[in-house]
Amino acid sequence: MTTTPSEQGVQAQGVSLGMPQLPAPDYPDDVRARLEADAREVIARYPDSRSALLPLLHLVQSEEGHVTRTGMQFCADMLDLTTAEVTAVATFYTMYRRKPSGDYQVGVCTNTLCAVMGGDAIFEALQDHLGVGNGETTDDGKVTLEHIECNAACDFAPVVMVNWEFFDNQTVDTAKRLVDDLRAGAQVEPTRGAPLCTFKETARVLAGFPDERPGAVEAGGSAGPASLIGLRLAKGEMTPARVVHPRGSGGPQDQPPAEHLSSHDAPQQTSASDPAHPAGPVSEEEGE
Amino acid sequence: MTLAAEIKDTGPEKLLAPVLSAFWDEDKSWTLDVYRRHDGYEGLRKALAMSPDDLIAYVKDSGLRGRGGAGFPTGMKWQFIPQGDGKPHYLVVNADESEPGTCKDIPLLFANPHSLIEGIVIACYAIRSSHAFIYLRGEVVPVLRRLHEAVREAYAAGYLGENILGSGLDLQVTVHAGAGAYICGEETALLDSLEGRRGQPRLRPPFPAVAGLYACPTVVNNVESIASVPAILHKGKEWFRSMGSEKSPGFTLYSLSGHVARPGQYEGPLGITLRQLLDMSGGMRPGHRLKFWTPGGSSTPMFTDEHLDVPLDYEGVAAAGSMLGTKALQCFDETTCVVRAVTRWTEFYAHESCGKCTPCREGTYWLVQLLRDIEAGKGVMSDLDKLNDIADNINGKSFCALGDGAASPIFSSLKYFREEYEEHITGRGCPFDPAKSTVWADKDKHAEVNA
Ligand code: FES
Repeated sequence: MTTTPSEQGVQAQGVSLGMPQLPAPDYPDDVRARLEADAREVIARYPDSRSALLPLLHLVQSEEGHVTRTGMQFCADMLDLTTAEVTAVATFYTMYRRKPSGDYQVGVCTNTLCAVMGGDAIFEALQDHLGVGNGETTDDGKVTLEHIECNAACDFAPVVMVNWEFFDNQTVDTAKRLVDDLRAGAQVEPTRGAPLCTFKETARVLAGFPDERPGAVEAGGSAGPASLIGLRLAKGEMTPARVVHPRGSGGPQDQPPAEHLSSHDAPQQTSASDPAHPAGPVSEEEGE
Repeated sequence: MTLAAEIKDTGPEKLLAPVLSAFWDEDKSWTLDVYRRHDGYEGLRKALAMSPDDLIAYVKDSGLRGRGGAGFPTGMKWQFIPQGDGKPHYLVVNADESEPGTCKDIPLLFANPHSLIEGIVIACYAIRSSHAFIYLRGEVVPVLRRLHEAVREAYAAGYLGENILGSGLDLQVTVHAGAGAYICGEETALLDSLEGRRGQPRLRPPFPAVAGLYACPTVVNNVESIASVPAILHKGKEWFRSMGSEKSPGFTLYSLSGHVARPGQYEGPLGITLRQLLDMSGGMRPGHRLKFWTPGGSSTPMFTDEHLDVPLDYEGVAAAGSMLGTKALQCFDETTCVVRAVTRWTEFYAHESCGKCTPCREGTYWLVQLLRDIEAGKGVMSDLDKLNDIADNINGKSFCALGDGAASPIFSSLKYFREEYEEHITGRGCPFDPAKSTVWADKDKHAEVNA
């Protein structure tokens, strides 16, 4: 993970040149006692305690919303490491935030496939709409916007993640509506995943503590529509080689019912029905 | 032959073979109940009736090869674990799916996590391990929830824990969430990360089979590889070998994405072609043509429409000059600028380079500078040779495969689309309109016409 100059800048802010930093303030006693109990549970999962460092960094992030010097000191104490060793790890991984951030982390995938399919346009529009740049947080402290790398959901492109839940098949409009809802405090449902909780609550699941909310595991159904395409074809539940846009069934977020009634939903022309506009290899052969 | 007859002959019912994905459309497919109703944990019973060595031989004979990119025979990996060495052995499942374009393990774990758990128990019995780890990338919390739940269910049902099904096997499984780093998909970097360090690759030898996690013998396998094992045991290695080819037998998940009519997961025998997949699924989006595609993620050299008939198995793709990789078929149509695509991938590699070795750390940085200039119309012709040169200094000279992956899109795009690079230089800018590539581009067009 190469550090960008701006990230280094953030790091440097708290450092006074020439003078060693004062030790990080400790957690209040009750907080520390609670976190220690959690930490011991995490450490017990591994043959070697140091393996618990990544989950413990998620754990301290669930306490404060980002990884603070206090949090890193806590990890070092629990694992018998130096703060330098902990800092080296905390700064390597992109999921650890090093400054206060919003309740909802909105990540727009701008790796090539999503970018081309509309991710770039979505990211640009959200920056305009929210008035923040990459990695910045809205004034109300609700939304931190960033661009993210491929999140293993390319068949649902363009993809937006909020607190690491999937919002599939996004458009500029749906993404804007999404951040507006988040800022207004409306309950937002991902296309795949559980009803949103705050970033801190998500970090606790990442530390290895199962989500106890009723229905959280079930939410989102068995599989997203794109995951089922091959199966449906193999079972003869779909007509082969007939193009019906698959995005209609992407869930409530990405396709409001009103749009379903428009003419866009009429079966689109296929390579078979529209030889003048060959859609792919099927018609290449037939054209001879 | 009529079109209808043709489709029937080469129709999806014949060409596809859902195994891992066979019941993803059922309600609560991720639960133990549904998994059991589909013969779940039957393969485990068969495995436990064999001796561990026979089991390893059986998996070897099935011909199963790694589904995470490299294609190394799974049974052979297991066989490398020294026995009777007195050290603990570990199984580490690589669920750090992050290769751009790759999106098979995440839906698999979301819809059918028990296939992985069952595979883990079988593998651990074979390699005599009593502790397995699932290293899941952190950015997929819905999948993490299902894994937590599946492991809980498996413990409660006696498939994990002590004396599993009366076999004497004790096994503990730890689900471990990563924290965002592509490099951790590299198996030795993953081990360092799992030990609580920065994820940087290790020098090999020693290989993980000898000195892996905590310097103990360790097998690192991809999710799909391990999840495929229960079906092989349950239905038999002959059944498995009846699919695919001699050297690339079995079924696998192909992930179709991009400008295609129906992006998604397609499970079928190895050796299917992109033409067959597109034929059965409606081709490219209406009115557009395939321009370039990756057979297995961005690290595998790209193909063009000349490669539609390449059999998508390990040998077929290698013979055509690329790699099967993760079978992530990212398809781009004629509206897509190849320079833009390659620039973005290269930015990704530069960002994800762990910084350990110079060729990759510095090389990817300079590639990005050159590519950005070319894309912005500020390049000169000699930049193209320079790109090739730098890529050549990264490829094969880096500490791990990340560098080779970064060089792939450069080499292959220059090979097939050099004129397009030149156009950016002579035309002082990009000739493409990115708006035309978006999923909504053609919908907007319709709307205008209808208005
Ligand atoms: S490129 Fe966006 S999820 Fe893969």
